[in-house]
Amino acid sequence: MIRSVMVMNTQGKPRLAKFYDFQPVERQQELIRSVFGALSSRAENASNFIEADLIFGPGTRLVYKHYATLYFVLIFDSSENELAMLDLIQVFVETLDKCFKNVCELDIFYNYSKMHTILDEIIFGGQVLETSSTEVIKAVEEISKLETASNAITLVSKSVSSWRSR
Amino acid sequence: MGSQGGFGQSKEFLDLVKSIGEARSKAEEDRIVLNEIEALKRRISEPDVPKRKMKEFIIRLVYIEMLGHDASFGYIHAVKMTHDDNLVLKRTGYLAVTLFLNEDHDLIILIVNTIQKDLKSDNYLVVCAALNAVCKLINEETIPAVLPRVVELLGHSKEAVRKKAIMALHRFYQKSASSVQHLVSNFRKKLCDNDPGVMGATLCPLCDLITIDVNSYKDLVISFVSILKQVAEHRLPRSYDHHQMPAPFIQIRLLKILALLGSGDKQASENMYTVVGDIFRKCDSSSNIGNAVLYECICCVSSVYPNPKLLESAADVVARFLKSDSHNLKYMGIDALGRLIKTSPEIAEQHQLAVIDCLEDPDDTLKRKTFELLYKMTKSSNVEVIVDRMIDYMISINDNHYKTEIASRCVELAEQFAPSNHWFIQTMNKVFEHAGDLVNIKVAHNLMRLIAEGFGEDDDNADSHLRSSAVESYLWIIGEPKLPAVFLQVICWVLGEYGTEDGKFSASYITGKLCDVAEAYSNDETVKAYAITALMKIYAFEIAARRKVDMLPECQSLIEELLASHSTDLQQRAYELQAIIGLDAQAVEIIMPSDASCEDIEIDKNLSFLSGYVQQALEKGARPYIPEIEHSGMAAISNFRTQELQESSLQGLRFEAYELPKPTVSSRIPAVSPASSTELVPVPELSYPRNTQKVASLPSISRSDPSELRLQLDGVQRKWGRPSYSSSETSTSSSVPDKTVNGVTKLVDAAGAINTRTHYTSYDSRKGQVEISPEKQKLAASLFGGSSKTERQTSATGHKAGKVGSHVAEKPQVSKGVDRSATEKIVAQPQPDLLDLGEPTVSSGAPSYDPFKQLEGLLDSSQVTPSVNHNEAGSDKAPDILGLHSETAGSGSGSGADASLSSGLSNLTIKNAHEGTITSYSTQFSKGPNTKDALEKDALVRQMGVTPTHQNPNLFKDLLG
Repeated sequence: MIRSVMVMNTQGKPRLAKFYDFQPVERQQELIRSVFGALSSRAENASNFIEADLIFGPGTRLVYKHYATLYFVLIFDSSENELAMLDLIQVFVETLDKCFKNVCELDIFYNYSKMHTILDEIIFGGQVLETSSTEVIKAVEEISKLETASNAITLVSKSVSSWRSR
Repeated sequence: MGSQGGFGQSKEFLDLVKSIGEARSKAEEDRIVLNEIEALKRRISEPDVPKRKMKEFIIRLVYIEMLGHDASFGYIHAVKMTHDDNLVLKRTGYLAVTLFLNEDHDLIILIVNTIQKDLKSDNYLVVCAALNAVCKLINEETIPAVLPRVVELLGHSKEAVRKKAIMALHRFYQKSASSVQHLVSNFRKKLCDNDPGVMGATLCPLCDLITIDVNSYKDLVISFVSILKQVAEHRLPRSYDHHQMPAPFIQIRLLKILALLGSGDKQASENMYTVVGDIFRKCDSSSNIGNAVLYECICCVSSVYPNPKLLESAADVVARFLKSDSHNLKYMGIDALGRLIKTSPEIAEQHQLAVIDCLEDPDDTLKRKTFELLYKMTKSSNVEVIVDRMIDYMISINDNHYKTEIASRCVELAEQFAPSNHWFIQTMNKVFEHAGDLVNIKVAHNLMRLIAEGFGEDDDNADSHLRSSAVESYLWIIGEPKLPAVFLQVICWVLGEYGTEDGKFSASYITGKLCDVAEAYSNDETVKAYAITALMKIYAFEIAARRKVDMLPECQSLIEELLASHSTDLQQRAYELQAIIGLDAQAVEIIMPSDASCEDIEIDKNLSFLSGYVQQALEKGARPYIPEIEHSGMAAISNFRTQELQESSLQGLRFEAYELPKPTVSSRIPAVSPASSTELVPVPELSYPRNTQKVASLPSISRSDPSELRLQLDGVQRKWGRPSYSSSETSTSSSVPDKTVNGVTKLVDAAGAINTRTHYTSYDSRKGQVEISPEKQKLAASLFGGSSKTERQTSATGHKAGKVGSHVAEKPQVSKGVDRSATEKIVAQPQPDLLDLGEPTVSSGAPSYDPFKQLEGLLDSSQVTPSVNHNEAGSDKAPDILGLHSETAGSGSGSGADASLSSGLSNLTIKNAHEGTITSYSTQFSKGPNTKDALEKDALVRQMGVTPTHQNPNLFKDLLG
């Protein structure tokens, strides 16, 4: 099972953090900090795997990938395969790239809720749900279409109702 | 800006994000966020916030919380937002609550109803959003509220919904297996769903189920194999391809399941061979995900019933991984190798050079993985090289967690495969020196025991050689600054026990060293205690050998200092030392026989040596001993005190089960009771807590004190208990009853006893042949050579200078079959002070209940496990009021006497509670003296005829006429 997904920049600022087991806010910060501590001490050409026993408890492992100014981190237990998880990060990033056309750090924190929507289409309750970025994008677009539609409705109804109440 | 499609945020939010992004310091960031929180708090609670605005506020709250600030003031608004009919708002609400709340949060109850409604929605996106929330927010209690609907959704027309419903059900299963137990058959059914995605999703829960209970899923082997075959043959729609691999995540899951099902099952395994072989052949090894599938295949092959062809393919893949430049693949290769060597150990040999490369790689993850592999492949032929490597690495790292782990692995390997005693001691020295404070204290005990007993050979020569080499190495190391305490204890013990045995070193030299230790570590009482006991032993041996004892001046001053020590233990030891020095050789010989730490003590259970004394006392009119049964029968009726508990427990005389020197205490009874406690036993303890006890009971007070003190020392217990290996440390200066062997180590129980494993150190001389020979190959040869068939070059020089031990090469090809199990000894803990009491004459006129001795006895007895003797456990724990009930209940095994005992204890508890001493042990500790003071005061006041307490109303009457 996947325990957590984190996206943080190279200064250790979290850009997205999702924990599939509930963690209190302070603990979340602590985890983010210790993950960043582990990441920042890694050499450039080292492997993408870290044993995370100390951070997340025995048997947990961490896979990360470094893109430009961002670290993408997955933390998971022994039931997952490291290389597959590394690939999952790839899927996530590919999807973001397709969604935002050349994704960069700005896109990620300006589109905070969209990031969550995308992630929820890939990982569901700690299990891998979908690994095809085209499928993910299809689902996300469907949601946004509906949302814009309903948005428009509320906008109209709002203005109408406010106009009426006048 | 990339914000499209309804995910747009207002300028305000963007400004916030931007300013946080530009913050130069954490303080600046915090200031910005705190301002934001203030603003949000104000605005969010304004009436009639437009919904769109509210949605934005919620997103800002989520963002703030991600930065580590408390946003709980807005949770309720997020909850409200989930009730909204608008999909955007609802989704935002769900997103926020899943991030904010845990499943046990109070607000969840407000959401469950909405979730129920949304699960029934016509809009599948709403259903999906609700399912997402279900995974995170539903706990065991609320599962029944949504379960029926989730099960219905397994038949939903949209595959996305079916998939999520399965995963939600899986989540329920993880949270509370019992509440969905009746539904697990659904997972089997859904395996046949015509959407491959849904089928793939069911593999996760099935994998969990199979892990728990393999046998009930054996029938699915054929189905899983055929699914895997179809997937591998590209029969799934193109959309399931991922990097040209057909549904790799599904393949990985299936391989995991097959590994579980085929483990140790030849028949099931045979069904799998073809398909796994196909995947090996077809798999694209150029992509990441392809290698992930290959790795999973290796795991599967190593887990199922072995098949030579598949093992061969697996070995090929491992070779490819290890040769790759990618660290990731090397890591996977090392891991896979570790799995494969279980079934075919010879594979490791082919990859020796690659493994050594990984060992020297700067990447820490890879290095650790490699050490794990080496640990798995250690055998007696390569243990020296591997352990040396591990120790080098251990010294080089700072991470205490990993240091501890690697140290304990070194110890484990050394104990298991040590080729020689000498090497073992050297290795342990290194481990202790560099990670002494991190290793388990048991390791130190084992080492001491090993030195005392030898490796179990009957060859005394070898044993004494072992000891003298240990002594020599310790004398050499002892000068190093800042040795870990545990190591110092071992050193002190060994020097005390064997320092002068072989005559190489003079007593004054060793004692000088010991004094240095005591001085250099003067704030560590345990080390000091070990040192002073070692001194005592050395002097005792000197006296026994009828040599003149010249005490060094620094030793003299150390003793003087300790005589006035705050620690009663140190004081006691110092007094004992002083007393021993004053005795003549014969007495000392009996008290402290040399090298007797492994002797058995025979305990005279009937205490026949006391019968004369008892007889005498009875003749003088003492009350006879009351057997336990009658006694505790009485005790159950009266409210009785700690002290009485102790008495009654002592009367049990359960010697056999004691690991530790409790017998000491019990033997005391006959000595004590005739003298002072004739009327003590039945009732007076009752009044003790109220300070109205007669002075006659004072001795008993001092006796109960130590037991209370003991609790304070909880953290120290182990240290105190350590004398299990060398009770000589606690030996006292008094005389010896029957067959006392003072200063004798007894192995109390077989369980605690030394490693009973059989130990074959066979030196396989056949070592790997070396052809390309840099240093590395020598290392490789020593690491892997054991398994190779060719004769190994036995040049001792080839090994890495000094580091990589050349022992292997130098070793004659002896095969030393060391069977340690033969040496297992059954030991009883000798309690020296127990024995003291046998002959009260020698104890220099001190009352037979010397509080110090009793203290010591009690402390030692604390190691007795509660389960061994519940009575005792009860009395030991009596002051521990909070833990009392449960513990006595746990350890009591149902005899009537026990039951009454614990009821007595609970009474005691209540009483103590009345006195307000529940929590502070120190209060209890000081109670003894206080009682005494109070009694004296009371007596004085009475004499004067004025006692202003309501306990004595009659006095007032007298006064007032």
